[in-house]
Amino acid sequence: MDNLNNLMQGFEDVIAPMNLLLALIGVLVGTAVGVLPGIGPAMTVALLLPVTYGMEPVQAFIMFAGIFYGGMYGGSTTSILLNTPGESSSVVTAIEGNKMAKAGRAAQALATAAIGSFVAGTIGTLLLVLVTPFVVDFAVSLGAPDYFALMLLSFIAVTSVLGASRIRGLISLLLGLTIGLVGIDAVSGQQRLTLGVPQLADGIDVVVVAVGIFAVGEALWVAAHLRRKPVEIIPVGRPWMGKKDWRRSWKPWLRGTAFGFPFGALPAGGAEIPTFLSYATEKRLTKHPEEFGKGAIEGVAGPEAANNASAAGTLVPMLAIGLPTNATAAVMLAAFQSYGIQPGPLLFEREASLVWVLIASLFIGNLMLLLLNLPLAPAWAKLLQIPRPYLYAGILFFASMGAYAVNAQPLDLFLLLTLGLLGFAMRRFGLPVLPLIIGVILGPRAELQGRRSLQLSGGELSGLVGGPVSYAVYAVIVLVLAWPLVRRFAVRPRTTVA
Amino acid sequence: MTVLVGYVPSPEGEAALRAGIDEARRRGEKLLVVNTSRGDAYVDPRFAQEPDLAHVREDLAALGVEFDIRQVLGGGDAAEEIVELAEKLDVSLVVIGLRRRSAVGKLITGSSAQQILLGTDCPVLAVKAAV
Repeated sequence: MDNLNNLMQGFEDVIAPMNLLLALIGVLVGTAVGVLPGIGPAMTVALLLPVTYGMEPVQAFIMFAGIFYGGMYGGSTTSILLNTPGESSSVVTAIEGNKMAKAGRAAQALATAAIGSFVAGTIGTLLLVLVTPFVVDFAVSLGAPDYFALMLLSFIAVTSVLGASRIRGLISLLLGLTIGLVGIDAVSGQQRLTLGVPQLADGIDVVVVAVGIFAVGEALWVAAHLRRKPVEIIPVGRPWMGKKDWRRSWKPWLRGTAFGFPFGALPAGGAEIPTFLSYATEKRLTKHPEEFGKGAIEGVAGPEAANNASAAGTLVPMLAIGLPTNATAAVMLAAFQSYGIQPGPLLFEREASLVWVLIASLFIGNLMLLLLNLPLAPAWAKLLQIPRPYLYAGILFFASMGAYAVNAQPLDLFLLLTLGLLGFAMRRFGLPVLPLIIGVILGPRAELQGRRSLQLSGGELSGLVGGPVSYAVYAVIVLVLAWPLVRRFAVRPRTTVA
Repeated sequence: MTVLVGYVPSPEGEAALRAGIDEARRRGEKLLVVNTSRGDAYVDPRFAQEPDLAHVREDLAALGVEFDIRQVLGGGDAAEEIVELAEKLDVSLVVIGLRRRSAVGKLITGSSAQQILLGTDCPVLAVKAAV
């Protein structure tokens, strides 16, 4: 009951006009970046982070939460009307969604995506309210070795589970960890990787890294692939759904939510896996198997619900343990740190009002998104007519301004460009970006926890294995690492994974 | 000699195409249909997609006009491309469609029609969409 009271208090605070306005800006910007391929919520939060230095932390997070949820809504519009997913979490939506649109059912596809996102987002946020206190109770009991193990699991999961290639994931993670090492070592006071440059003693600011990799890297990549054949956009009126569509949609929405939320909360679960699982499930359970591959509404409803529910799920470990499971959460975590707020179990005690206002704003933002997206989806699609040079000029402007604003030193601009080139090279060679960001943000914290446990044990390696939690986590890590070997030798080849 | 039509999949573009066909037949000349896009946006409504082109091809074949369709992708503005083509090829007439523009819109984005009118050496026929 205590949480419910807190939540009500949160609603009371969020109703303030300024907060509502920021939530509205957040969801507008979020939907816009969701619609545009290549520009995602993670990049946007990183770009806007320096802009929010003048705001109250609560207000900044209300806006960021709006961007996060809005990105999940916007991605589906591009998937359905253009067959080009706006976000990686909407890849599956394009399979059936675009077929539906081609068959003249774009309005229904957009409607089931928007309403499904709303349903899943609302249920997901409710689950967040219910589940997080338990996770916090659990997290309070964790010691330094357990945290270290959990972060190791994050690293391993993000490199091994996501993406096509483990080796590429590992390369990206090591790049991130190396960038995270730059600066003065907190324990011994030694300078590490500073190359004798005094400004580097404080380390490289996460904002510079995130903006460089996401924004500058993407801008260079787009500049290198600028001219391409414009794709056909399917004209659509106001989204709506008939009775039959509702009947066919509500179960996939709920099932999608059930997939999305837990996966969002797992390290490296993210939104991609549950959307695929949801699609596969709907394909198996549908009463209209003949429609799959030709535009089945279930194939849009399920995955769209799944990606929004996973967005809510992502916030559970982010707020309760301080573990980000996707790029946007990682950048939001960096934002918390830049305000001097440490996410983790103590967050709910020290910054209770901030957390509950944030959660209340998620409910409000979700409602706003539904109201915005249902009538305005065709208008959002117009954003795709903006010539990309204009778009990326704006992004580069914000990127350089933001990077400079962090410390007001020109060196950051050089770093920004260098990291931008790194981001470009990573895209060129197919390295995933997420492990790098996770490495930069979690690396120093993992080091802190690991060394703390070693100090407690007087340097004995056994100090890293603290209790049952770390045993379990290490077991999972071994399992994840050994899985390809196990699969090759133990599982017979006939069980091909679809 | 050739009659060059600046084609856009819109009522104005269709009107230009009709006028171009009439002119080509009257003069007994070839018809060159040009459609362009800078290709720097994800979506360009003025870029003719395959169904539009197929429909144009069908019409022209049915009318028995000697024709050629050219799509220019990733070059300059539509106006620049048309002026350049009119210079390079042996063009006797350029046909374009005019759309209604506000003064402010023209001030900000400029007018392709104006650029073509001023830039080409040959006569330009500007038609409006059928009301």
